[in-house]
Amino acid sequence: MDSTITLFLVQDGLINGSIYALLAVAFVLLFAVTRIIFVAQGDFVAYGGLTFAALQQGSVPGSIWLLAGLGVIAGILEFLRERHTLTRPRILGILAGDFIAPLALVGVVILVAPYDMPYLFDMALALALVVPMGPYIYRICFRPMANASVLVLLIGSVGVHWLMIGLGLLFFGAEGYRAAPMFGANFVVGPVLVSAQSLLVMGATLALLVGFYLFFGRTLAGKALMAAAVNARGASLVGISPSFSGRTAFLMAAFVGAISGILISPLTTLYYDSGFLIGLKGFVAAIVAGFASFPLAVAGAIAIGIAEAVSAFFASAFKEVIVFSLILPVLIWRSIRAPHHEED
Amino acid sequence: MSVLLTATDLSVSYGKVVAVHNIAIELPGSGIVTLIGANGAGKSTTLLSLMGVLPAKGKVMFDGIDITRSPVEERVEMGISLVSEKRDLFSSMSVEDNLRLGCYRRNRSHGGEALEEVFGRFPRLKERRHQLAATLSGGERQMLAMGRALMARPRLLMLDEPSLGLAPLIVRDIFRIVTDLKDSGIAILLIEQNARAALEVASAGYVMELGEITTHGPAGELINDRRLIESYLGIRQ
Ligand SMILES: Nc1ncnc2c1ncn2[C@@H]1O[C@H](COP(=O)(O)OP(=O)(O)O)[C@@H](O)[C@H]1O
Ligand SMILES: [Mg+2]
Repeated sequence: MDSTITLFLVQDGLINGSIYALLAVAFVLLFAVTRIIFVAQGDFVAYGGLTFAALQQGSVPGSIWLLAGLGVIAGILEFLRERHTLTRPRILGILAGDFIAPLALVGVVILVAPYDMPYLFDMALALALVVPMGPYIYRICFRPMANASVLVLLIGSVGVHWLMIGLGLLFFGAEGYRAAPMFGANFVVGPVLVSAQSLLVMGATLALLVGFYLFFGRTLAGKALMAAAVNARGASLVGISPSFSGRTAFLMAAFVGAISGILISPLTTLYYDSGFLIGLKGFVAAIVAGFASFPLAVAGAIAIGIAEAVSAFFASAFKEVIVFSLILPVLIWRSIRAPHHEED
Repeated sequence: MSVLLTATDLSVSYGKVVAVHNIAIELPGSGIVTLIGANGAGKSTTLLSLMGVLPAKGKVMFDGIDITRSPVEERVEMGISLVSEKRDLFSSMSVEDNLRLGCYRRNRSHGGEALEEVFGRFPRLKERRHQLAATLSGGERQMLAMGRALMARPRLLMLDEPSLGLAPLIVRDIFRIVTDLKDSGIAILLIEQNARAALEVASAGYVMELGEITTHGPAGELINDRRLIESYLGIRQ
């Protein structure tokens, strides 16, 4: 293996690793705040990427109907849940947030989809369509069972995953899509060819990770979310509502998924069910980090990305097998090393 | 004296086990009221349900408003704070972050002043403001939990065994701080293992046994109650 190939593989590994890192952070965050192992995390990658690809091609992405449906269901549930305490501003708030806003967005998409809109506009529109699904899913499926065990929550999230896959097939069809890159340029760095899109992926990942770091380290909202993750009852005692933390965590998880999908859609062909394997690798990185440490999750994700690129080069048919087998020693080591923490 | 909180027919269950059964409590707008009773009597459960952390049957009024169905954050906003038996600190966050989060829901616009006030009351916390909460000693953890609750400038502060597991000297500090707080006009509901010490600082007391309130009255009367002396108060040290 000469150095050109090595560098090429490292580049490939870094791109994939970046995406896995983002997803791993989302897994860790969501689990810490809500105790949900969110199997459907990867589906947001596929939804984000495919919604964006559809907009780029000038067609109406089917995912708009999911957004509208989720909004209406969440709104109706909200009315039922608060039926004894509804006030006029609250009624207007629910109508605006859960019925009018998603339906208006659907209208906008149907109107503008046939036109050739700027790259960034399509990107923002795809995010606006997919990201709100996160909090809606939390409100519909997970808030009602906030006190359930981790296992029951996991079963719930598997259910959401299958639903998203099934609807994904309906919305996007069985064929894959690849979006046009934002920048078509390539650079020659030493002996390797680096595409501008891959730099964009890595740059955006870095920016997002720094953004998370600042959000959790510097802002009160971020600290409140972190507090809810560290000690849920302590957080509620200072008035941080569990439902607010849950919605915010799901918002961030959906955002991370959707933006990852949009970023990689020009680099790889995405299918309606591609999200699962991508998500699984982020998930494995999260496990490596014991679902607790963000830096460990990122390091694990990058390592998985590189291991994957290297094994794809030498034995592409066995790529996934090799990657997942490599995880085993790490998991065994962790389960021996890691003490079982007492809740404090 | 005006009534701040009344709970009537309050019952709390853990699954099928009824831990608190049809109790009634009335708290005045100032002064210390203490809740005493043996381990497992249901004292902590009572406080958690008054805070809204545990769902309860019955009715709770705070400052004339029915808060029976209010979630925890609304009770915090109205001015109720609980220092739980477990302290429930944010262990991987700094002392200062723990405190600042104390006014997340209430009193946020005066967070800076409140922080200085808490540091004035607990100088140890100021020295350790950048340390992680997990690295504090038992007494400091209790101070941090109390400081965090005070950041919201509550009207009613509920303290669940603030002296639990602390050395006698530190217990004395904590009691001095509790009486200081009472003098500053905050209403306090205090659970305390050392019933005699609690009744000495309190104006009224409730005695819980097996989930029910068996006796209540002015602290001065309870402290001389023959039956109580036998079961809880022991011989004066
Ligand atoms: N989380 C819980 N689940 C089930 N039972 C509990 C729980 N917490 C307390 N109990 C039970 O409820 C009763 C009252 O407990 P608690 O309120 O903690 O008493 P106290 O604070 O007076 O010592 C006890 O019998 C205790 O075993
Ligand atoms: Mg107790």
